[in-house]
Amino acid sequence: MSAFATLERMEEPHPAPPPSSGRQRGRLTPYILLLPGMLWLALFFLVPMIFLVSQSLQTGSVEDGYSVTWAFSTYADAISTYWVQFVRSFAYAFLATAAALLIAYPLAYAIAFKAGKWKNILLVLVIAPFFTSFLIRTLAWQTILQSDGLVVTVLDKLGIIQVLQWLQFIPNDQLIHSPVAVVTGLTYNFLPFMTLPLYASLERLDPRLLEAGGDLYATPWTAFRKITFPLSLPGVVAGTLLTFIPAAGDYINSHLLGSTKTTMIGQVIDGQFLRVLNYPVAAALSVTLMASIVVLVAVYIRRAGTEELV
Amino acid sequence: MALDTSSPSRVSAKSAAPVFQKSRNPLVWIREHIISIMAFFAFVYLLLPNAVVILFSFNKPNGRFNYQWSAFSLDAWKNICGAPGICESLTLSLKIAFLSTLMATILGTMIAFALIRHRFWGRSGTNLIIFLPMATPEVVMGSSLLTLFVNIGIPLGFWTILIAHIMFCVSFVVVTVKARLASLDPRLEQAAADLYATEAQTFWRITFPLVAPGIGAAALLSFSLSFDDYIITNFNASPASVTFPMYVWGSATRGTPVQINVIGTIMFLLAVVIVGVGQLISMSRRRALK
Repeated sequence: MSAFATLERMEEPHPAPPPSSGRQRGRLTPYILLLPGMLWLALFFLVPMIFLVSQSLQTGSVEDGYSVTWAFSTYADAISTYWVQFVRSFAYAFLATAAALLIAYPLAYAIAFKAGKWKNILLVLVIAPFFTSFLIRTLAWQTILQSDGLVVTVLDKLGIIQVLQWLQFIPNDQLIHSPVAVVTGLTYNFLPFMTLPLYASLERLDPRLLEAGGDLYATPWTAFRKITFPLSLPGVVAGTLLTFIPAAGDYINSHLLGSTKTTMIGQVIDGQFLRVLNYPVAAALSVTLMASIVVLVAVYIRRAGTEELV
Repeated sequence: MALDTSSPSRVSAKSAAPVFQKSRNPLVWIREHIISIMAFFAFVYLLLPNAVVILFSFNKPNGRFNYQWSAFSLDAWKNICGAPGICESLTLSLKIAFLSTLMATILGTMIAFALIRHRFWGRSGTNLIIFLPMATPEVVMGSSLLTLFVNIGIPLGFWTILIAHIMFCVSFVVVTVKARLASLDPRLEQAAADLYATEAQTFWRITFPLVAPGIGAAALLSFSLSFDDYIITNFNASPASVTFPMYVWGSATRGTPVQINVIGTIMFLLAVVIVGVGQLISMSRRRALK
């Protein structure tokens, strides 16, 4: 979500000022400035993580209380019961990320290179969906994907519904309550997070590089493949992470647009914590989700070779 | 006009030729504008739900759910608090969003100043801790806070929601203010110092006014993040503290009152006005500088 920050950053790039600007300041000043905020993050982000891990290794019940028994079997049980939801969450998040990249790239490209004086207005339009609450917009997708709605009628006429049905992506002739609806919602909800970092990296691209490529007889396609795309890779990496991570943990879309056959891991964690009240299993699922995302992200960043994300 | 019919017609015939050629071959036109066409459809995809929200705020639904268009009506607009509980949840959300924005903006701005203006031991560790909440799925943050509160015995409700919202807003404030601070020209502050301004004068007369737009953007961002949050809030709320997103979630099974769309529309228009005014101010400032 630091996409907003990248939007802010694009305005006027200046080199970072030299440390302390030559003036002597108290050595304690930075720590005094940091203390309240970092204390808050430590108490309510880091400490809860420790509690979560500890909870996952406890046995007991809500009534009788819990004690740490190093019950690693909880993890084995939780994963063997809910591995389907894990796989499904990562699959949906992957599909949504891929779709968002395919949609956002031309969008960011058009805003960066073709919009001219409309640039600022188009950027506002990209974040405009955020102005209405996430849940209300997802409910609006229920209306859009209604079986007798305009979208479904058009797709039906074009034969796309039939193709999706044949591919087993939708269980019957309606879109709502299908995996397609969930991925559509996920893609939609996180599309701005993909678009803004892409735009920020494309915007920084020096057009003279493309002219030089043209002078050296590169076709537009070759120039894109060898110049534009590689230079926009930091944006691609940032955008895919900002889409994939929240999409993998999201369950608003699968709850509102899906069915019991599209349950994602977030829904399971929510249910175990708040309805079943099985805290150890819920905590184990949460820790597993966090750990698998950390591993995936670490591998991905290493392979993509970009570390300047913060 | 009537005297001179022959020559303009010849000119127009000439200039019309390439246009005609283009329209004769739509495939060429599509290929030339493919990126703009794709961008257009991306915008349709992005903005369609907002259009539906606005349109359906004027609906008079049959039954409890507002998913199908039946008739135009201003009923919901005339009676925004008509759905039971909706305005209570709205007030609660606004209160929490205001307080958490205030706190997160102060805490986050202080951190941003420390990170940009000082070199100190533990700087990269600080950066990592700032980054982590943004890279953690909400369901993990929400559930870990719940385990903390349950284990320590803090009752869930208004205060736990507020604590959680301040926590996840701080990081976003830090990155937004940090970006603005890093883009400041350090020579402006050096010039002030050269002109014998004290450190406090330099800060309040030069640095702060220049960073203010970044702080404002950060505050707006954290307000909307807090106001909009469902997942983390749901883990740390009690039945007595129903925020607006929780109300909307509940209504998805109980029945969706049209008032939800009215509030969504008002939020949208308000934000458009705020962003528009902000753009106008920065444009007139830029013009004044030139």
